[in-house]
Amino acid sequence: MPPTITPLNTEREKKRRIEDHDSGHGRRPPTDKRTGGGGDNDNWNDRPQGRRGPRENLGRARLAIFFALAGDLMFFVAIVSAFFVSQSSGRYNAYNQYVNEWLPTVIPPILWLNTAVLILSSVTVEIARRHMFRENDVMDEWLGLGKPITRSAMPWIAATTFLGLLFLGGQWIAWSQLAAEHVFFRSNPSSHFFFLITYTHAIHLFLGIAALIGTLLGLSSSRLLETRQILVDCTAWYWHAMGLFWIFLFALLVFFQ
Amino acid sequence: MNQHWFQRKRSVFSTNHRTIGLLYLILALVSVTIGSLLSLLMRIHLIWPDWPLPFHGPILPEDYLALVTIHGTIMLFFVLTTAPQSGFGNLILPAQIGAGRMAFPRLNAASFWLTAFALLVLLSSTFAPGGSAISGWTAYPPLSAVASAGPGQALGMDLWLTSIALFSIASTISAINTLVTIISLRCEGMTWDRLPLTVWGWFTAALLSIIAFSVLLAALLLLLCDRHAGTSFFLPTGNLINGVLHTKGNGSPLLWLHLFWFFGHPEVYIAILPGMGLTSMLLANFSHRRVFAYRTMIATTLLIGLLGILLWGHHMFVAGLNPFASSAFSISTMAIALPASAKVLSWIATTWRSRPQYTTAMLFALGFVSLFITGGLTGPILAQPILDEYLHNTFFVVAHFHLIMAMAGVFALFAATYYWFPLITGRLMSEPLGRLHFWLTLLGAYATFLPMHLTGLAGQPRHYAQLTGIPGPGGSLSPAGHLLAATIPLNRLITYAAIFLITAQVLFFINLARSLRRGNIASTNPWQATTLEWHPSLHPNAGPEASDQVITVHHTPCIYLSTPAGDTFVPQWENKITIELRAESKPE
Amino acid sequence: MSPILHQAAVLFSLPWWLPANASLHGTTLDHHLLLNLWVILALLSLAHLLLLAGLLRRRTTEPKNLWRIEYLPLAALAILFTALTVKAESLWAGSRYTGADPAALQVEVTGVQFAWYFRYPGIDATFGTTKPQLVAPGEGNPIGIDPTDSHGSDDFVTSELVLPTNREVDLRLNAQDVIHGFSIPEMRLKQNAVPGQTIHVHFTPTTPGTYAILCTQLCGLGHYRMNASVRVLPTAEFAQWLAAKQKAAQP
Repeated sequence: MPPTITPLNTEREKKRRIEDHDSGHGRRPPTDKRTGGGGDNDNWNDRPQGRRGPRENLGRARLAIFFALAGDLMFFVAIVSAFFVSQSSGRYNAYNQYVNEWLPTVIPPILWLNTAVLILSSVTVEIARRHMFRENDVMDEWLGLGKPITRSAMPWIAATTFLGLLFLGGQWIAWSQLAAEHVFFRSNPSSHFFFLITYTHAIHLFLGIAALIGTLLGLSSSRLLETRQILVDCTAWYWHAMGLFWIFLFALLVFFQ
Repeated sequence: MNQHWFQRKRSVFSTNHRTIGLLYLILALVSVTIGSLLSLLMRIHLIWPDWPLPFHGPILPEDYLALVTIHGTIMLFFVLTTAPQSGFGNLILPAQIGAGRMAFPRLNAASFWLTAFALLVLLSSTFAPGGSAISGWTAYPPLSAVASAGPGQALGMDLWLTSIALFSIASTISAINTLVTIISLRCEGMTWDRLPLTVWGWFTAALLSIIAFSVLLAALLLLLCDRHAGTSFFLPTGNLINGVLHTKGNGSPLLWLHLFWFFGHPEVYIAILPGMGLTSMLLANFSHRRVFAYRTMIATTLLIGLLGILLWGHHMFVAGLNPFASSAFSISTMAIALPASAKVLSWIATTWRSRPQYTTAMLFALGFVSLFITGGLTGPILAQPILDEYLHNTFFVVAHFHLIMAMAGVFALFAATYYWFPLITGRLMSEPLGRLHFWLTLLGAYATFLPMHLTGLAGQPRHYAQLTGIPGPGGSLSPAGHLLAATIPLNRLITYAAIFLITAQVLFFINLARSLRRGNIASTNPWQATTLEWHPSLHPNAGPEASDQVITVHHTPCIYLSTPAGDTFVPQWENKITIELRAESKPE
Repeated sequence: MSPILHQAAVLFSLPWWLPANASLHGTTLDHHLLLNLWVILALLSLAHLLLLAGLLRRRTTEPKNLWRIEYLPLAALAILFTALTVKAESLWAGSRYTGADPAALQVEVTGVQFAWYFRYPGIDATFGTTKPQLVAPGEGNPIGIDPTDSHGSDDFVTSELVLPTNREVDLRLNAQDVIHGFSIPEMRLKQNAVPGQTIHVHFTPTTPGTYAILCTQLCGLGHYRMNASVRVLPTAEFAQWLAAKQKAAQP
């Protein structure tokens, strides 16, 4: 059985199903909060530990993404700490004056637009992710009665891809604008970091777009609902993380130079 | 007769975790052979500087420094990070927690092949035009950042950096796999406090890997940018190397030291934690005892992991750090002596008055304890900045980390090999040969590294390509010449001991090769072990019907009982009450 | 230190492999080092004795007392390590937390691949500015002293460090190219010279003699031969040497 949310009332109601705890976000079933199922010796809901069912595989994939993102966070933390060190690295010049060559790089205004685009893309990918877990539609798809959730999620994934490409395009424009002002990677310590941060973030986002395209392909060609759910879910969490990282990095570049 | 799993043909691109584990171990074996031979060349050159290397000629200073660099890199990365964590981890971890496989088999295979490729790139860097990198495994800039700073610092250095970057990615992927496996694939009843300590070691090392290798990757990226993108993260303004003047942007070499050692210190704990867990389990197994203070051991493993992230500055006491920061790092470094001592006390208590069975694996586990005590105790000395002011970058430090990493860490690998050989191949390794290997290696280890403390106290610095025949004003008659020449007699002893130590390892290879074909057939559980990997259904050789068997764990490992009917043991998968009843019902 | 401890220290006096100490702070450093070495030797022997005793004696039931076996020894070790740390930190603080005496002799040390140069400030007691662009070892200006700066005209550079006894000396460590390690083993002194930074370290030589200066941070090909020597002269002789050098440096 694929991961689903079990609503308390099974009538199809168009209103938001808050009391049902089924906003479709694919979280753990709103069952008894005492953990059931696990090597932790309290397996009262009778699922064998180590079971490779869809719910378990989804949990494992999410855990893997979590740890990968934790490592990625450390990567960016290292770069940000180098940023602060570099910013405060003054030196005594030949005339015994304390100089610091850090000249803040002006943020091309298009970056604000890019940030908005990225936040919007997070919204779209989250909508896609929630579509993948709406119980009634999941049951239909799992039983082979069509592909309602895949069909509803796909356009949102496509929209996210488009917005992601728009973001990358916007970054490219920002870099060209800076190049036109003769600000390059090597121009100034602050530009080292501006370009380093935007380049590495863009590379990560590019990998995210590759994942999104892979998800689109997987949605259309994969035969297991479980695989489709995992693809969308993990890509969505990665995408959110990249959006979150960007917000912090952007704030760093805007306010802390 | 049915072919044992080990003999069956398998694809080298298999995603089976045991195959991947074996591949990692083969990679580590190749690496340790190369690394040991390099160190042998280094030792020989120090004593006989004019000895020409066959097909090469005399070892020039740049050759010596290249040897130092590759030796350190290969040993730390490709032996001590791969073999305990990914090699034995892949081989044994799933079975030890009752899982059928690692969480992500294809990712597992990908991380192995990435590691193998990284090794290839590293070895190719030694043949790069311009020479092999000479900045040591620590690659301090500006020496590592500017191509004109020395031979081998151009393409050789770039290839070295690429190799380590690839390795970092591979390590992170492998660590993610390990973590998800341990968290989600434990079998029924395998709660966190019933996990074997080896698994706790793998778990903590994997957590450290994720944190540390990412920072290394960032540092490598910054260094590559300095080398090729005209940035100056690590290059200060006005830096003049070999006629090349750097005028733009002010960076700090100290930034590299911080980033590198933030990785570098957890790295050594990654290398040793699985070994510490294994030692606890082996001592308990062969003493037929529980691990003393089991939960404390879990806590100390995690504590060592946590503290290990907080004390990187002790590599930088005299590197230009602010003295107050040095004091802070000194305190946290001294603090980690406590969980480490707790582990030693537990090991001693586990074997206390137990009349253990002295199999080769047990001997190596005891050797680990001895070497860990000896190597570890010089740690608190180096942790005090005022003493480190004298001892930094002398052979005292070399002795310290070699005793702990190269000897204790490798002893853990030997113990693991002798212990799990029957599980993997169905045959036992030769005990007499193993015992001889152990005693010669222990003797060689102490003979090689104990005198290094003395040469270090005498002031012998690290990374010196020659101790005699030094040119310059006064030459050998200068005070420096005298100081270095005074260490030659001890260095000669060390070299002889090193030759002896490395030669003794031939016994290990002979034992491996012979036992693979002609070793005694082993029973399913020859060591009377209690951990899950010895369960008949989880054996590599178990038939296909075994995967249907539901495995349940009932209690902690290492339950050995003395009943009226005799000594018995209760494996984790058997219910203790059943065993006791069965034992009581046996006629006397 | 109490007289008894002092006597013990003299009794177990410096082993032959530690070069004789020639600096003021080195005496206490050596005592602390020896104390540490004896402590770890004792701990080492104790641990191995316990291990061997446990292995050799007859089998009994397993030990059970967690407090007696783990926590009590840990508490003892904690106290021991804390005591050692407190002593070490006070020695470190005395040596490094504060700068040199304002009346200390100022010498600038520059490490380049692969030599050490020592610059004395001359009669005006001020170092002239240096520029990396002006570095020209072949022309007698290895550290790039700027000729336009009048303060630099009386500076003189030597490749041997000459110091008077019993006067504190404040070394300013510079590095021109890569990280070097400035170390005088017999003065129990070590500090890396980092390019882009001027690092101050001070000590007081007490015994006349000539001692080795070694480079202790891998700096490239010639790392092993980047040595110099420090010659410590009695005060009067040093004054003579200094006067002669200053006279020679006058334009």
